[in-house]
Amino acid sequence: METIMINVTIDGVNVDVPKGSTILQAAQIANVDIPTLCWIKDLDPDASCRICLVEIEGMPKLFAACSTPIADGNVIYTKTDRVIAARKAMLELMLSNHTTDCFSCQKNGDCKLQDLCYEYGVERTPYVGAKRNDPIDDSNEFFTYDANQCILCRRCVRTCHALHGVGAISATERGFSAKVSTPFGALLGESDCVSCGNCVSVCPVGALLPKQPEKFRSWEVKKVKTTCTYCGVGCQQNLLVKDGKIVGSEPLYGPANKGLMCVKGKFGYSFVNHEDRLKTPLIKKDGKFVEATWDEAIALIASKINAIKAESGADALAGLSSARCSNEDNYIFQKMMRAAIGTNNVDHCARLCHASTVSGLATSFGSGAMTNSIPEAADQDVVFVTGSNTTETHPVIGSFIRQAKRKGAKIIVAEPREIPLCREADIFLKIKPGTNVALFDGMMNYIISEGLQDQAYIDARTENYEELVEVIKPYTPEAVAEICGVDAEDIKAAARLYAEADKAGIYYAMGVTQHSTGTEGVMATANLALLCGKIGKYGCGVNPLRGQNNVQGSCDMGCLPTDFPAYQKVFNPDVVAKFEAAWGVKLSGEKGLTVTRMLDAIDEGKVRGLYIMGENPMMSDPDTKHVRHALEKCEFLVVQDIFMTQTAELADVVLPGATFAEKDGTFTNTERRVQRIRKAIEPIGQSRADFEIINDVMAAIGYKNNFKTASELFDEMASVTPSYAGMDYARLEGDGLQWPCPTKDHPGTPIMHVEKFTRGERAIFKPAPYRPAAEQPDSEYPLILTTGRILYHYHTSTMTGRVEGLMNISGHAYVEINPSDAAEKGIVDGGKVTVTSRRGTVTVEAHVTDVVSEGVIFMPFHFADGPANLLTNTVIDPIASIPELKVCAAKIEKA
Amino acid sequence: MGKYKDNCCINCSDEDRAKYEEIAKVIDSYKGKQGSLIMVLHAAQGIYGYLPLELQQFIADRMGIPFSEVYGVVSFYAFFTTKERGRHVVRVCLGTACYVKGAQKLIDSLTDKFQIAVGDVTADKKFTIEAARCIGACGLAPAVMVDDDVHKEVSPATLYDILDQYE
Repeated sequence: METIMINVTIDGVNVDVPKGSTILQAAQIANVDIPTLCWIKDLDPDASCRICLVEIEGMPKLFAACSTPIADGNVIYTKTDRVIAARKAMLELMLSNHTTDCFSCQKNGDCKLQDLCYEYGVERTPYVGAKRNDPIDDSNEFFTYDANQCILCRRCVRTCHALHGVGAISATERGFSAKVSTPFGALLGESDCVSCGNCVSVCPVGALLPKQPEKFRSWEVKKVKTTCTYCGVGCQQNLLVKDGKIVGSEPLYGPANKGLMCVKGKFGYSFVNHEDRLKTPLIKKDGKFVEATWDEAIALIASKINAIKAESGADALAGLSSARCSNEDNYIFQKMMRAAIGTNNVDHCARLCHASTVSGLATSFGSGAMTNSIPEAADQDVVFVTGSNTTETHPVIGSFIRQAKRKGAKIIVAEPREIPLCREADIFLKIKPGTNVALFDGMMNYIISEGLQDQAYIDARTENYEELVEVIKPYTPEAVAEICGVDAEDIKAAARLYAEADKAGIYYAMGVTQHSTGTEGVMATANLALLCGKIGKYGCGVNPLRGQNNVQGSCDMGCLPTDFPAYQKVFNPDVVAKFEAAWGVKLSGEKGLTVTRMLDAIDEGKVRGLYIMGENPMMSDPDTKHVRHALEKCEFLVVQDIFMTQTAELADVVLPGATFAEKDGTFTNTERRVQRIRKAIEPIGQSRADFEIINDVMAAIGYKNNFKTASELFDEMASVTPSYAGMDYARLEGDGLQWPCPTKDHPGTPIMHVEKFTRGERAIFKPAPYRPAAEQPDSEYPLILTTGRILYHYHTSTMTGRVEGLMNISGHAYVEINPSDAAEKGIVDGGKVTVTSRRGTVTVEAHVTDVVSEGVIFMPFHFADGPANLLTNTVIDPIASIPELKVCAAKIEKA
Repeated sequence: MGKYKDNCCINCSDEDRAKYEEIAKVIDSYKGKQGSLIMVLHAAQGIYGYLPLELQQFIADRMGIPFSEVYGVVSFYAFFTTKERGRHVVRVCLGTACYVKGAQKLIDSLTDKFQIAVGDVTADKKFTIEAARCIGACGLAPAVMVDDDVHKEVSPATLYDILDQYE
């Protein structure tokens, strides 16, 4: 659609603006500043604060600039006496019911009301009378609410409802009693509030304030723009630094987060300066850790590595890198394993989350990454969420999905639990854990039987359609309804809704991938999208949501046993030759070991030394007993981390790494966007950036790198990584770049597979029949245990576990159980229970809830006081080697 | 669709259950229509008599909207009430004329006799006591409305004879 331009004049500045612009938007184009209080960039104007009043020549009254469309030829004045008098009057009215104790107000110096009163010379209000006098609500763990400071601009309410999508607070009552409040005036800490703090971020005054142990004024802090270290959304944020300490954080309007954040990103920074941080290298002597110098520790590591290599060969060594570390850290880690040591035994925790995505989507499309961009989630007709508790694990993407719903989108949720997004769901398929493949096959069966498939797309852009038709034939909605435990009509309705939508995206995470049929599950989502012609288009796609901040990047960097950077295969001699030339050493062309196989290989005595950077397999991997056995047996274990983790306890040498706040680098978010992290504070104690440590270890082993800074390291990586080849730190300023970005003039790729697929002209249908999970309930273990994550914690909670407020909200292991299963065993809500599988027993608190169906129990895997992975099954997907963390048989007893 | 609970709670009475089911039907009949919250609340108050917390939460859940949105609307409009209503509503006019003629004494008498606050319902659920702004019957001051009937020149002595007329 062509934009029609109109000509307007604002304060004497003549500009052309798009027809339909508001006066405020036009003024922004004309570079004329109009003050606002209630206006929010991404929402329809509220026009309630009246601060943006302006004069239109020839019109008798004043108009709110934020909500008035500008007309061709309009002459606008924003600073006339009338306008100023009106704004002053508004400010005086606001002040009439606002506490003006600015001296003691935390917001002093950063308050829009204060700034405007100063600008317009409003010292006090002439309207003296009754004032609101409410107690301060400090029941939330992270912020306080003082209604007496509130100017009723409703930015918090609109952010909570229309942007974040929770809607815990509302504008309530009328007239003088009007107040922003929870329903029935309940305390925030007891309301639906999820503590995202977005209301706090948008509050222009001191009504909503973060609780901050350190007092500071806005002018005392340095603001450092960086990328959030939690989850794969890649929110942009400012870290607020005072005296070398992080004292606050605020969201920025980044491309993937649009000014939003979640509770972890906004308030979960205190782990950085936590007293538990590892501050010196430690060497275990006689079973006890002793502080060591860097020189001692690195010399010991190098001599052990070289000795093991000399005695047993390079493949007797293995390394685990980390999806929490930067691209720079990960690139150099795999380079250490390959170039300095000489083995492809390098893997990381992506094996446990999205290995099946990488292998499945690489097969179907040629590339194992999210096909579309995050903000498209807000702009779809149908959103299909399956195997992802999106609002808890990728909260900002969850918010975008809720925004889509507000704009009229239909939501389909297929999950074993009634996740929060079910509130918005038009269709909720409460499937039995591990039956995803059947569900997708059933939907496709119905789509084909009703002729709803996109035949033109299938003919033009896919191959192997015939096999799909054949394989899914038995999976009628009725048959599948039986397998999944849902209503056949709902399967049909979901299939029709998805197939008939113009813009429909599939969003999935570990509920699809962490199965012994994980790769088949992933390929089934791809099949469904291809069948309906929904790949390579805006607002569509297959969108695996990557769990950790840089799990996409750590895969891209080649921390995989079969892949050099950018998924160039180690078993391809041309690739090996390329990297031999780039790195100047002979390299192995043998496939390395996966995480899951490494532990077995240690047990078998084949691997003698293990170097772990930033991972905690004692918590994250299935069957903890087996992991402990292997790590204890390992002859030489190095763990490099920011805290003494359960895994580090078992190490021979522990090295203190620096956090994201203490180093420069890049993270690649789930939409393939490479974004900068920036050093905000000096490393704590003697800790050092991971890439610097590895660089020194490599030198000690006998391999010298040629870079000094993170930026130079990135340049070397880009030179061997085609999808990153066009990137450098200078280009990554601003919004970053989405790979593939092959050349310096390439703008990056928001949507993949538009013209053709990465694998070639056509994508391939890879259908699979449904196979039940490996371990099924039986008379001894009658329940299905499924595991997952919750909003307030991140993975093994080494970071979130050190944030007091998060621990106060949710600090202990628990198991969710359906009321009827609970009643049968005499289990009460809050009571202690033992959960037992074939691999172990844990004692945890019971949460009796119909969030889970009968026969299904759920445990979050974050908590060391009841580790779910003591129970989970190590059986793996034969293609991707991802363990079946989502389904095992279990029993539960009152403790 | 399998995602809804069809009633308020496990322990509620059959009468409550029936009312909730009726309200659920109303909600479902507005499904997918924009701006139907006020109609739903209107109908729900008609069926249940008032809009307590649990009912507002039920409406929010079933409509798939935030609880706070429901509460915001309920608390904005004077028509909606979150308190249980008596079988009859007694409105004591506190307009200027009635006030001068001693309407406050009527209020004081009522709150004292029934031991409730203005806006509350009597223990036997018979009367809700409210204070009204001017009801336009200044010539009859002090005036008291019981449901739709206006009673004139009421005093604490005559008030209870009037109330006794109502079952």
